[in-house]
Amino acid sequence: MSLFLIAALPFLGAIFPGLLIRAGRNASASAAGLASFLAFTGLMIHAPAVLRGEVVTARFDWLPGLGLNANFMLDGLGFLFATLILGIGMLIILYARFYLSRQDPMGQFYTYLLLFQGAMVGIVLSDNILLLLVFWELTSLSSFLLIGYWKHLPEGRQGARMALAVTGSGGLAMIAGMLILGHIVGSYDLSVILQNKELIQSSPWYVPALILILLGCFTKSAQFPFHFWLPHAMAAPTPVSAYLHSATMVKAGIFLMARMWPVLSGTPEWFYIVATTGLVTMVVGAVIALFKDDLKALLAFSTVSHLGLITMLLGFGTKVAAVAAMFHIVNHATFKAALFMSAGIVDHETGTRDIKRLGGLRQLMPITFGIATIAALSMAGIPPLNGFLSKEMMLEEAFHTAWLDSHVVIPALAVFAALFSAAYSFRYISHVFLGSERQDYPHHPHDPGPGLWLSPAILVVLVVVIGLNSATVAGPLVSASAQAVIGGELPYFKLKLWHGFTPALYMSIVAVLGGAVLLGLHKHLERFWNALPRPEAKVIFDAVIDVLTSLSRFVTDGLHNGIISRYAAIMVTFTVGIGYYAYATGSIGVATRVPLDAPIIPIIGWICLVGATLAIMWFHRNRLLSLVLIGVVGLIVSMAFNYLSAPDLALTQISVEVVTMILLLLSLNFMPTETPVDSTKARKLRDAAISIVAGIGAGGLIYALMLRDFAFPTISAYHLENSYKGGGGTNVVNVILVDFRGFDTFGEIIVLGIAALVIFALAESVLSSNVRAYLLNRKPHWPQSGDAHPLMMVVVTRVMMPIALMVGAYIFFRGHNQPGGGFIAGLVVAIAFLMQYMASGYTWAIERQRFYYHATIGWGVLIAAATGLGAWFNDMPFLTSDFGYLHWPPLEEFEWATAMLFDTGVFLAVLGAVLLALDSLSRFAWQPGIQQEYPMDINPQRDTPPVPGTGPETVARAGKET
Amino acid sequence: MEALLASAVGVLTAAGVFLILRRRTFPVILGLSLLTYAVNAFLFATGRLALNSPPVLNKYAEVAYTDPLPQALVLTAIVISFGMTAVIVMIALGAYLSSRDDRIDMKAHDSVDAAPGEDA
Repeated sequence: MSLFLIAALPFLGAIFPGLLIRAGRNASASAAGLASFLAFTGLMIHAPAVLRGEVVTARFDWLPGLGLNANFMLDGLGFLFATLILGIGMLIILYARFYLSRQDPMGQFYTYLLLFQGAMVGIVLSDNILLLLVFWELTSLSSFLLIGYWKHLPEGRQGARMALAVTGSGGLAMIAGMLILGHIVGSYDLSVILQNKELIQSSPWYVPALILILLGCFTKSAQFPFHFWLPHAMAAPTPVSAYLHSATMVKAGIFLMARMWPVLSGTPEWFYIVATTGLVTMVVGAVIALFKDDLKALLAFSTVSHLGLITMLLGFGTKVAAVAAMFHIVNHATFKAALFMSAGIVDHETGTRDIKRLGGLRQLMPITFGIATIAALSMAGIPPLNGFLSKEMMLEEAFHTAWLDSHVVIPALAVFAALFSAAYSFRYISHVFLGSERQDYPHHPHDPGPGLWLSPAILVVLVVVIGLNSATVAGPLVSASAQAVIGGELPYFKLKLWHGFTPALYMSIVAVLGGAVLLGLHKHLERFWNALPRPEAKVIFDAVIDVLTSLSRFVTDGLHNGIISRYAAIMVTFTVGIGYYAYATGSIGVATRVPLDAPIIPIIGWICLVGATLAIMWFHRNRLLSLVLIGVVGLIVSMAFNYLSAPDLALTQISVEVVTMILLLLSLNFMPTETPVDSTKARKLRDAAISIVAGIGAGGLIYALMLRDFAFPTISAYHLENSYKGGGGTNVVNVILVDFRGFDTFGEIIVLGIAALVIFALAESVLSSNVRAYLLNRKPHWPQSGDAHPLMMVVVTRVMMPIALMVGAYIFFRGHNQPGGGFIAGLVVAIAFLMQYMASGYTWAIERQRFYYHATIGWGVLIAAATGLGAWFNDMPFLTSDFGYLHWPPLEEFEWATAMLFDTGVFLAVLGAVLLALDSLSRFAWQPGIQQEYPMDINPQRDTPPVPGTGPETVARAGKET
Repeated sequence: MEALLASAVGVLTAAGVFLILRRRTFPVILGLSLLTYAVNAFLFATGRLALNSPPVLNKYAEVAYTDPLPQALVLTAIVISFGMTAVIVMIALGAYLSSRDDRIDMKAHDSVDAAPGEDA
């Protein structure tokens, strides 16, 4: 089976449990189990090849430009982890089916679980570190969902947040580390990176990359001092704890350390960081675990301790230690998952996980007792179980390792941790199962059905089988994975129970006996432990989070205090600063272009423009006057466009100008016409300083630009050359819009349409609020004109209407070859309609309205899209245009082009958008009584004169000022 | 000619920036309009200035053409900026009509942290 499929199966399978939950919980669980089983089978097909030492690969270039390839590889290490993930995954799916109660949404659970499973499989099969990072983040996210699965429990939510915060920030550090690593090697493919040990270790970036990657590994694998999230994640349902927090997710960090072992290990930095962290974690976790009364907390800290053990082994950097690490990964996964599940059974049956309330369950729950005892003895390192074997190897390695020239530190601490490990394992057995039966269990306990105990039982069988026949059962897997880690010749090692009277054996005996003694002294030790002052990780974490929150709130509130002028000031100042930096550090070439002469007419225009602009600044409190002045500016800008060889721009600017002025006048109708003085002198001076600097910057930049030629050849020549040959039009600007850059234009008409719809929606929401009453009862600020709809204006606009439409059509049709086109024609036709609004009133115009503006926008976009899609039928890319020539006697020969159809779409969208925007605004002005107002009072068809009393004062003032 | 255009862009930018730093909606809208002129003229000028050479192909004679690309960009920019102005006008108007106040700074109880429902 392709590796793609193996990695994808859990993701694909994740859809089904959520859907099939309607068919019952069994269907949901079976779907989840089937997905895992198929993936597991696919994996096993590759087993013979992988155990022979081959590497299975699947390659697919996803984003080669970024170095991100969807490359997968399956070697011994990946195979070991994938087997654990999928194999234990199936057992967990079975267990969870019987563990979760009827109230729990089981479909969701399996969906999250499979998402997590897929992400984990993705991590261990990735052959590209960027791809690995994607899956890495996915595990953080899906484990967040799983830990917080019981949403109603505050502990669950807090634990999930804490886990996400810790592992997520570690993941961020790791992204940086991986990018550095990829940068050193020049490739993001693992198979390439793993070949470049010397290159990486000699790079000055080795230590930063190492630390950043290790941060990711340590947070994920709960290494000291990041271990605190794991016990809090125990708020998750037990199947999640058994799966994520013993067998899989917390091992992802270890997996990565093993994966990177060939290139990162072997240096003193690696040894002191990794081995020391592992050692400290192992000791701290083991000691805390002994004093935890919550079964799952005990197991959580023991997991922390064992993860520290594996990390320490990897940190040693020797080949045998790597083999021992691989072996302990297998063993720990089997006994710890079984222990978690047995703890879950105890919790499920007795209703409590508090060791102080338990004891004497041996008779009541014999099966659970058997499972838990074997698993716990394995954890304690008792022969002939598998935990003994790997712990023995660990002690042997520890014995031979010196730390800062001291041959005592590591062996002593390793024995110390092993001693506590034995003690808490014994405590788990004796304080829960041994002793006399109690009468005060929350529920009367008895063994559950096989659905619950089958999964841990299978694991416990493995614990025993591996212990007895380690060389045959686990040997090949351990060899294959260790070979993948070491990347070379395997050292000599033997997985067996009896190695003779070695130092490790004595250390083991000390640990087990000492553990038994510790358990006997537990009561006294506990009193001492509880009297000790201990830092509480959650308190510290919450305090840190609080500080960070208030810090970011301080920064955010300082910058974003709700006054938009402050954001604008910050943005402008920053932009000017960047510009100045570029100017100060860069170089500027000499002017290569000769400036054009400035005759008198442009100078007059310039004086008008600058004068109007300064007048706006001066008079901006008088809003009506500033509108008039801004109209002057717009007019001169359009004339300037025309003068400087841009007739299309001039046409567009002037028609937009008209529409914008109408819009602003309409809005001013409802707003105060004066701006009060708000700013102090100092503020004005500050603002003036900012704006003058910004103006000098913008003006200076464009002046320098205009006097120099292009630094690179532009693509404009191409457009000029191909406009007629390829696009069939001589107006290059229009051909660019509808043909060369048609896709941009398509996007732009959509944006314009959306803007118009936003305006419509805003108007709707304002009009449906209590503002409507205010609008209806509004009294004008000043005396109204006696004649709302002057007869002359009404007559003139109606006569002009067909002419204006004709002009619009003319501008539209000539657009491809002469200045004009859909944009301008749309604006012109919109103005033709607006004239009717202004002259004859909104009500009159709307009654004669035959089409909806929304639909006009929609049709415009659809026609443009359909034109673009048409190209597909000729096997051309989207929006490829075509053109030709027709000769219909007695007409002259004329041209047709599909771009014309596209331009029709542009035309309709612009028309609809402009009219919808202004129409929405006009509706604010509607007032009752307006229906009686006739725009043309002389109408021979009408007999009754206008009703007196509905005089000019109630008239809508919509178009009056214009 | 270049100096005229550049200084005009500078003046328009300065006036626009000054007005968007005011505390009422209407001056901000005016400022944005002025900035729009400035930006459009700036973009247009990146094609360098030329007189009497519009980018409309002449089939009958070999003539020079000005750069058509910035013009196409600016043409859509003008239309889009109309859409933007219209949206901002509508937001400003809705805000003014709802609160009878056209200040753009939030009062303390309007900020996100305050309990909702304080101002009716």
